[in-house]
Amino acid sequence: MQRQVALIKQSLFDQGYLDDQFIELEELQDDANPNFVEEVAALYFKDSPRLINSIDQALERGSFDFNRLDSYMHHIGASKVKTECTMFREYCRVGNAEGCLRSFQQLKKEHAILRKKLDHYFQLARQAGPKEAARRSK
Amino acid sequence: MADVMRPEKLDMSNDTSSLGSPELLHVLAVDDSIVDRKFIERLLRVSSCKVTVVDSTTRALQYLGLDGNHSSVGFEDLKINLIMTDYSMPGMTGYELMKKIKESSAFREIPVVIMSSENILPRIDRCLEEGAEDFLLKPVKLADVKRLRDSLLKADEMSFKNIMHKRELQANDIYSQLKRAKI
Repeated sequence: MQRQVALIKQSLFDQGYLDDQFIELEELQDDANPNFVEEVAALYFKDSPRLINSIDQALERGSFDFNRLDSYMHHIGASKVKTECTMFREYCRVGNAEGCLRSFQQLKKEHAILRKKLDHYFQLARQAGPKEAARRSK
Repeated sequence: MADVMRPEKLDMSNDTSSLGSPELLHVLAVDDSIVDRKFIERLLRVSSCKVTVVDSTTRALQYLGLDGNHSSVGFEDLKINLIMTDYSMPGMTGYELMKKIKESSAFREIPVVIMSSENILPRIDRCLEEGAEDFLLKPVKLADVKRLRDSLLKADEMSFKNIMHKRELQANDIYSQLKRAKI
């Protein structure tokens, strides 16, 4: 089971869903705080949908206040999602409405995928035993 | 025959260090992102710092008593050793917060570190010119925090040592004056 967890984690890295930041977060875990990474992920998925909704509503209204859109997107960046964020913000910067819409659709997809994959990963990791999950796979 | 006190017996107060409690730096962190707040708080705790986290520049100013609603009474005892603030925040930016802090007599000596996810050179230059202790790119690394902490502890240790040395010299001076007066 632990090996399965390690394999899944490795594939998340390989596919670009996780990056070094994940490792940094893991290094902050200890016996007193064994689930820190999962807590951060939970916070992220509690916080980012709100921002995504704000952008959704703004775009639906046809409101292309690029500065505001950009500031919403500011906080959503997470690895693969980050790529789409960067593209969205670039489109904002040059005022490209169509580009914004396109990259935003892609971002929502990536965000949902990331959420599913991480949920699955953390679920398995919990079953395997918290201490093992915190160990880095190299 | 009066008893001339030797220097060691003179009352030399130990509370010359600016550290609020022994060895624990107290850091005020300001960030509007809940994820980033959780992260920086953890980084600071892991680095053995006492942490106060607020979610806006408004709250930071309130905490420091700089929001115009307070006199400075009651805030002199507030021991903050470092302020870390995000740059981009709604309303007042971290840069503007830093300027307010530098304008206050109570807190202008406190080092201010600015954090940002954007690597914009003119922004970094401006912050450093305005007196930022450092500018950290997000995601902030544990190594960055430890480095900050170590340099602050060292600076404090140096100033503590300087003060103690000064007092020693003064005490020795008084002692020898008294001795001479006895002759």
